[in-house]
Amino acid sequence: MRIALFVTCLADTMFPQAAKATVLLLERLGHEVVFPDGQTCCGQMHINTGYQPEAVPLVRRHARIFDAYDVIVAPSGSCVGTVRQQHAMVARRAGDERLASLAESVAARTYELSELLVDVLGVTDVGAYYPHRVTYHPTCHSLRVLRVGDRPLRLLREVRGLGLVELPAAEQCCGFGGTFALKNADTSTAMLADKMHHVLSTGADVCTASDSSCLMHIGGGLSRLRTGVRAVHLAEILASTEQPGTAGAQSRSAVTR
Amino acid sequence: MPATAPAGVGQLRGEEPFPAAARRSLADPQLRRNLRHATTTIRGKSAAVIAEAPDWEQLRAAGAAVKADTIARLPELLEQLEAKVTEAGGVVHWAADAVEANRIVTDLVRAAGTDRIIKVKSMATQEIGLNEALDSAGITPVETDLAELIVQLGGDRPSHILVPAIHRNRAEIRDIFLRAMPGVDPSLTDDPAALAAAARHYLRKTFLSTPVAVSGANFAVAETGTLAVVESEGNGRMCLTLPETLITIMGVEKVVPTWRDLEVFLQLLPRASTGERMNPYTSMWTGVTPGDGPQAFHLVLLDNGRSAVLADEVGRQALWCIRCSACLNVCPVYERTGGHAYGSVYPGPIGAVLSPQLTGVAENTSLPYASTLCGACYDACPVKIDIPELLVHLRAEVVESRRRPTAESIAMAAAAHTMDRVGWYEAAQRAARLSRLAGRRGRGLPPPLNGWTVSRDLPDAPAETFRDWWARR
Ligand code: SF4
Repeated sequence: MRIALFVTCLADTMFPQAAKATVLLLERLGHEVVFPDGQTCCGQMHINTGYQPEAVPLVRRHARIFDAYDVIVAPSGSCVGTVRQQHAMVARRAGDERLASLAESVAARTYELSELLVDVLGVTDVGAYYPHRVTYHPTCHSLRVLRVGDRPLRLLREVRGLGLVELPAAEQCCGFGGTFALKNADTSTAMLADKMHHVLSTGADVCTASDSSCLMHIGGGLSRLRTGVRAVHLAEILASTEQPGTAGAQSRSAVTR
Repeated sequence: MPATAPAGVGQLRGEEPFPAAARRSLADPQLRRNLRHATTTIRGKSAAVIAEAPDWEQLRAAGAAVKADTIARLPELLEQLEAKVTEAGGVVHWAADAVEANRIVTDLVRAAGTDRIIKVKSMATQEIGLNEALDSAGITPVETDLAELIVQLGGDRPSHILVPAIHRNRAEIRDIFLRAMPGVDPSLTDDPAALAAAARHYLRKTFLSTPVAVSGANFAVAETGTLAVVESEGNGRMCLTLPETLITIMGVEKVVPTWRDLEVFLQLLPRASTGERMNPYTSMWTGVTPGDGPQAFHLVLLDNGRSAVLADEVGRQALWCIRCSACLNVCPVYERTGGHAYGSVYPGPIGAVLSPQLTGVAENTSLPYASTLCGACYDACPVKIDIPELLVHLRAEVVESRRRPTAESIAMAAAAHTMDRVGWYEAAQRAARLSRLAGRRGRGLPPPLNGWTVSRDLPDAPAETFRDWWARR
């Protein structure tokens, strides 16, 4: 299948390993990945902070670029959530009905990685090998906007060598919330502290999720406290194999070719 | 544009923005423990009884449908309600705002010739600051709901819709009773049964000697003019039946079209709010009945900004709220900060959208941002109010309400401009990489970005972006 990658600005700039892993994983499963030119950002930060008019050009750019593809994937629950739930709303609020229906059409073809794998490609065993104790944090937008349910867990359960440990109070928000982490830094920190407490209580080596943004928050906290627990994107785990150099403890080395 | 709730009366605006008020609550470990314990307990109870109801999702859909229909024809239903209440011997008053409602009630109490009233727990009277207004008119209001009484005796403010004293533990309650309850036994312990008995003893005397009661209403049935209050303790029923005069204040959105509609809400409300299959007491009354119950009944229909909410096509779904407090109990922000941080009698997710709408967003700009948009409130709401959607909508209104550009708006405009030009965007990525040299894991960031480094490291920007890697493959 020919699949267009929407990399997301955060993965592109700060967490390329998650996007590279997405590409390598899909190619390993026999699919062709294309990276449409001219893509930048879905505008989530603008929309969720109240800057909807500013987001309109970004919605337009995204819809035009990705309209050329039948299947689009992004390694981010929250960015897919924005495309699916907010792009048409932003266009309508700006009075652009044509853009709204274009955005709706693109949204219907856009999938978060675990949705693509399980629902579209029909796989749960992606042939991965990852010999670590892992706990999974279901990010709010994957859980409640996209309703990915247990798809990520079904994928993780098939990974060889992986010890999956259940995260207590998993469905509670980690406290990231985009600009919330800056505007309400103290409350965000209190929520993060509880999330880290639960992660540490599992004894896992790795905390995974399908959003680089939440992982940046949780991982940033775990790093600040020198806990030794790493935050690793789901795609990186699924991309790891038994081939030398791909299943290592270092997430970045997990995807170098 | 219809008028919003007036400033200087009632309790819809805080004295400081949410982040500042929250900081104080977050620094109080006792408060954090009380809140975590209470919200966790009630969440568990509620989840268990909801799981028992196989048709819960259909009930929610029905509740939302009734509310949407009601709000869509609110003026017509209110006129029908007025006609039916009048027909049954009640008197209907229309109050445009808090000031008018307080004046109407004060005049009615004076006319009844008393200087003390008993009260059924009511959010509407909290919203308009009725107790303060009565106090300053020389009338003593006595709260009869146990938690509300604790708040009143403690000179405190409620911090939860359903459990106003959620932020207090029993040792604190004992201290308040010893300090402020007339005639309390000085050997009182902090055993819940002993505390309840002390309150009952004090209240019993008050019930029997006070001729006027003020209540709110959970529902008003337009087709019959029937008012309904649901409660757990029975104190409400005492207030509704014993006095000579009953004054009920309700927000105009509490009307439902028909008696049958109550069926839906009487199932939704207790399971979502207290985690009970059914609330212990449901009191309903229609006008006055000679020789039985209050012989004078007044209904005050309160607007106080609701028409302004109604005028907003997206925002109006906030008027569906049945004040069950389920959204508070599941909200991770509320669980950490408590209700006082919201500065309004309506805290938590619903407060973050309803308060700014009632006052006008320009007077409550921090509240729509008091959420991570995690969506737990939407899933919990028994009438399916899409609170995250409302929050995003109101944030846009906050931004539009600002007259002058702010540092944030300039940065946002610049970011959007950059993101819409691939060359600029790539240049910005290169700059982010350069900042590795200056950033020291983000600790040198300027405000507001330094908020990040309160508690979190920032990863170094990697040497190669994804698109560079792609280009070189
Ligand atoms: S918004 Fe919904 S969940 Fe929150 S108090 Fe109102 S009815 Fe209950």
